[in-house]
Amino acid sequence: MNGSSSHQNGVGIQVRGLRKSFDGQEVLRGLDFDVHPGEIFVIMGPSGSGKTVLLKHLIGLEDPDAGEILIEGQPIQSPEVMSKYRMAMVFQSGALLSSLSVGENVGLYLDEHRLHPPAEIARIVAEKLDVVGLKGTEDKMPSELSGGMKKRVAIARALIIEPQLILYDEPTSELDPLSAVVIAREILHLKDRIHVTSLVVSHDRDLAFGVADRIAVINQGRILTIGTPEEVRRHPDPLVQEFLNADFKRPPSPLELKSEPV
Amino acid sequence: MFQNIGEMVLLFWRTLLALPLTWRQRRKVLDQFFEIGNASLLTVCILSFFTGGVIALQTGPLLVERGLGSYVGGVVGYSIAKELAPMMMAILIAGRIGSAMAAEIGSMRIYQEIDALRTMNISPIHYLVLPRLVAIALALPLLVTIAILGGWLGGLVVCAANDHIAVSSAAFFSALRSAVDVQDVANGVFKSFMFALIIGVVSCHQGLTTRGGPRGIGRSVTKAVVNSIIIIVIFDYLLTRILMT
Ligand SMILES: Nc1ncnc2c1ncn2[C@@H]1O[C@H](COP(=O)(O)OP(=O)(O)O)[C@@H](O)[C@H]1O
Ligand SMILES: [Mg+2]
Repeated sequence: MNGSSSHQNGVGIQVRGLRKSFDGQEVLRGLDFDVHPGEIFVIMGPSGSGKTVLLKHLIGLEDPDAGEILIEGQPIQSPEVMSKYRMAMVFQSGALLSSLSVGENVGLYLDEHRLHPPAEIARIVAEKLDVVGLKGTEDKMPSELSGGMKKRVAIARALIIEPQLILYDEPTSELDPLSAVVIAREILHLKDRIHVTSLVVSHDRDLAFGVADRIAVINQGRILTIGTPEEVRRHPDPLVQEFLNADFKRPPSPLELKSEPV
Repeated sequence: MFQNIGEMVLLFWRTLLALPLTWRQRRKVLDQFFEIGNASLLTVCILSFFTGGVIALQTGPLLVERGLGSYVGGVVGYSIAKELAPMMMAILIAGRIGSAMAAEIGSMRIYQEIDALRTMNISPIHYLVLPRLVAIALALPLLVTIAILGGWLGGLVVCAANDHIAVSSAAFFSALRSAVDVQDVANGVFKSFMFALIIGVVSCHQGLTTRGGPRGIGRSVTKAVVNSIIIIVIFDYLLTRILMT
């Protein structure tokens, strides 16, 4: 598997008219956007705007009510796509299997699909854990880990499938600033190393503007704008400006002139 | 609860189709099997021994009074093997193991572990349902066999020890042998096999369809146990009726 990573390329995604309702409440109201192969595409938006639901559609966990999602031009529902392209999602909570150790979690994909003998799997697991800065934690149980460590294990678990598309759901929430930098670096590093396509959902403006090739701002299931970080920053739409500022900066008050953003 | 029967039948069918993968999942099957055994063996022994004992205690004096003492062994042996052991063990296992299955799978669902499995192309049916269903289908008949023997032993001990009955072990045993065929025991064990499938399918289905956070897990557990028992009781009547002919 490692041998193939040199000529491995990220996949492109096209989303057309994507709509989804839950119990009569429309969560995604017609989304259209493209993600180019190998790019880091960041989606920002307030809580409840449908970001997680969107990611679930992109990896086939939810079926759209209307519209379509194409991976390299093929509809995501077609069985070929799932077997042909390797895609991984890093869930917001990590979603580690609580009954398995860290090492078993990370090696689960290789083990269940019988892709390597156990000794080889152990070696690859150690390597991936090292990548996310958690060397030697194989025997810990998820319940012994902090939120940030869980998230890094989840990233290691995603990396082990050598994905062509990684979806990150709020990868730096719950992380201390240092770990957040490690994650941001890793997202960039993966793009350079294996040209993986990354789709990052985040509130973290440092992360978003730091790693993004392009940013989409979504609100209430609609896209407000898509563009490079510079374009988005200068976008005239008051909603976008309001979101970028209101969501991330405290209004200055006379008593808190030097306060840090939360 | 009955609107889900279609879904449960489908789940059962898809698990049956996955049966050839059982060997791959053998470690998980064994884990589940021993978990069921560890959780239940002692309870099964106590429950069955005292049930056999109490049946002997209830029927023994009545029969002895009427000069039918030689039938006590038959009454205890027959009722334990064909009805009491399979039924009581099924209810016990629904409460102990069915609830655990629904809770475990339900919490995996709530905490998105099942979504994570699916993104890795790992079928929850292969990974979660198959090992549990195979394990319970093997374990419950075994536990029921043990319960039948335990119940007989309880009856035998009470008959010999109680002054109002005073039927010797040898008399009890020969009455039992003349009244109970191997076929009767096989019927009881077969019923328990069907009950095991019901508990496994109902509980896994409840787990997989859990919704609404931690409270949803509680609801799933309750429903898994109650629905299992209701379906078992109905099936018990139908199976008994079918096996009579
Ligand atoms: N499975 C579901 N059933 C019903 N409603 C859902 C479901 N998943 C998400 N929603 C609703 O969709 C909306 C968007 O959720 P989500 O995508 O999680 O937001 P966020 O942008 O914070 O990730 C929320 O109002 C949520 O309640
Ligand atoms: Mg979310």
